Amino acid sequence: MSAAANAVVADLRDRIRQFDGRAAGDRAVLPFGVPEIDGRLPGGGLALASLHEVCGGGADAVEGAAAMLFAAGIAARTKGQVLWCLTRPDLFAPALAQAGLAPGRVLYVEAGDEKSLLLCFEEGLRHGGLGAVVAEVARLSMTASRRLQLAAEAGGTLAIALRRFRHRREADAFALPSAAVTRWRVSQRPSAPLPVPGIGRARWLLELMRCRAGETAEFEVEASDGEGRIAFSPRLADRSPAAGHGRRRAAG
Amino acid sequence: MGAAAPPADKRLVLVGRDGSRRILTAVSRPAEQAGLRIGMALTKAHALVPDILTLPADPAADAAALERLALWALQHYAPIVSPDPPDGLVIDTTGADHLHGGEARMLSGLVNRLGASGIFARAAIADTWGAAHAAARFLADPTSILPTGAGAKAVSSLPIPGLRLPPETAAGLHVLGFSTIGDVLAVPRAPLVQRFGPLLGRRLDQLQGVVCEPVDPLRDAERVSARRVFGEPIGAPETIARYTVALIGDLCRELEKRGLGARRLDLLFHRVDNSLQAIRIGTARPVRDEKRLARLLCDRIETIEPGFGIEIMELSATLAEPLVLAQAATSLIETEEADLAGLVDVIANRIGARRLYRIAPVESDVPERSVRRIAPLALDSGATWPEGWPRPARLLARPEEIEVMALVPDHPPAFFTWRGVRRRVTRADGPERIFGEWWKRDAELAAVRDYFQVEDEAGERFWLFRSGSEAEALSGTGRWFLHGIFA
Repeated sequence: MSAAANAVVADLRDRIRQFDGRAAGDRAVLPFGVPEIDGRLPGGGLALASLHEVCGGGADAVEGAAAMLFAAGIAARTKGQVLWCLTRPDLFAPALAQAGLAPGRVLYVEAGDEKSLLLCFEEGLRHGGLGAVVAEVARLSMTASRRLQLAAEAGGTLAIALRRFRHRREADAFALPSAAVTRWRVSQRPSAPLPVPGIGRARWLLELMRCRAGETAEFEVEASDGEGRIAFSPRLADRSPAAGHGRRRAAG
Repeated sequence: MGAAAPPADKRLVLVGRDGSRRILTAVSRPAEQAGLRIGMALTKAHALVPDILTLPADPAADAAALERLALWALQHYAPIVSPDPPDGLVIDTTGADHLHGGEARMLSGLVNRLGASGIFARAAIADTWGAAHAAARFLADPTSILPTGAGAKAVSSLPIPGLRLPPETAAGLHVLGFSTIGDVLAVPRAPLVQRFGPLLGRRLDQLQGVVCEPVDPLRDAERVSARRVFGEPIGAPETIARYTVALIGDLCRELEKRGLGARRLDLLFHRVDNSLQAIRIGTARPVRDEKRLARLLCDRIETIEPGFGIEIMELSATLAEPLVLAQAATSLIETEEADLAGLVDVIANRIGARRLYRIAPVESDVPERSVRRIAPLALDSGATWPEGWPRPARLLARPEEIEVMALVPDHPPAFFTWRGVRRRVTRADGPERIFGEWWKRDAELAAVRDYFQVEDEAGERFWLFRSGSEAEALSGTGRWFLHGIFA
């Protein structure tokens, strides 16, 4: 494409964004700091003023432990206070602190039911002074997710819907459409063996199942560290669909 | 009486007059155990128990004290409170229980707080004043909540004095052979009314909720309030919202004159049928911001039933505190921290203040005791949990017992079965030994937990522990539990 054509396309894109009602400042992103993942995301990171969905894969769909730490890692890297909405009070706060989210930064809301949970979620997003709002929701309809997306845009706040299903059977509902900008599934993988007895850093299979204006991808990463950063082990780097799945790990 | 009060273990009675007789009007708990009763003649009491301490009854001072108690309840619990002499308070909890985490919590909290200050109280919630009055005084449970619509049924087995009748009427009913409220409800009304007067019929109707019985709310002169009287009754939510905003404007100007900010606001609606509706909101810090207060009050207008119309709206700051203005941060030297007080108030008024909290560390090695909830706007102390010891993302409410196969004494399990699924452990870390806190309870002296972090074949990680004493660990008879799930 010639330079002139490029300029025309860029201009058109800008105008379309203006129709969308989103100013340039809203397109700020939060990079993971891992080039392989950031390169797959439009803008080079998670869009800040928008809704993202995270779900645990396999058995973790109910407990959502890995998904929770993944969300905590993202929230830890934002600036400001974090509102955490939940319905089941089984979250253990020291684990959040170990994922980089200090206890002084998190405000918890324990909602009685899904309806008031969504209400608090939206209220937190519209406030605008928070760094991120995380909500552990079971059901998220298209209407609800669109409302949340609009609230996130209005407040300029990062929204993470942490999907926690009541039962493993319900996890199929994660395939239903929603207005979220990205959708992630986090499943646990066996960790790399250590030369001594013990457990190494946890390893996750991170599936980017949906990405607005982007393609799906999957990555095998090492879990959030004390500052909420996930790492990409070079030995495991090439896990994109094109490179084939059947790579075998060298026995340690 | 404060420090001059006689000790609690004395047999104390208060003595009043009934005509020319001197009778007991109140007896303390030890005196009651000794066989003294209210209404007994003083001479008889002296004959029964020689060492009683008598003080003259002072009904006027009692009434004043009851009013002070009512004021306290007004500030802390609900917008419509009135003293119910000689010994009760009546509180209309509609629209106020959400601030206290529901009716049951509010009731037990009220009784406990009164108990802590030495007042032995009994409380009940019912649809009608009459039913609540009887239930609070005569049900066995010190706190009871009667089911909606069935209040009269629930109190039908309670004795006649629960009906709020003059003593001679109650005695007359007793003579006729009525012993419970249900007995009186079951017989035809007309002969009873002819004999005892219209009050009996009215009390029965009030008990059943057939006749409405408004509570005349208590007010104190000091309170900042604003009031609007309407020539034509209003009813549309938009109209109510408009006048609410106008009232808030009036109230805020008054608060500004006195240098106060509102902590609790009550909006009372007097309906044309002489009944009252109320909204109460609470704020975490003193507020005088019209917009924020309007938001909080207008959120709850939907709970109001205007009925045939509202004649008077009255807004008052039940609890107001000095509002200290703080210097705003300048962008020159520091970044401004977003103020969360507005968000906290909105959420707390919708779903209850107890549901909003921060979690702070506690210096305890026992995992379930290492966290505590603190107020959402508490200052950040910067404290956190010790680093280096891995802690699971999810902690089960109570550890679940599992079946394991493990080498003794100090090896992690090779297999374990949890919730019917058998898992093979591929990698493990531990043990991390945690001792019971013997300084808290003697039973924990020998309690030991050895925690292991294990990973199964699929990569899922769990937090297991073996519980028991040293000897049990050596012999392999300790029980195993699963306590948390890692990510």
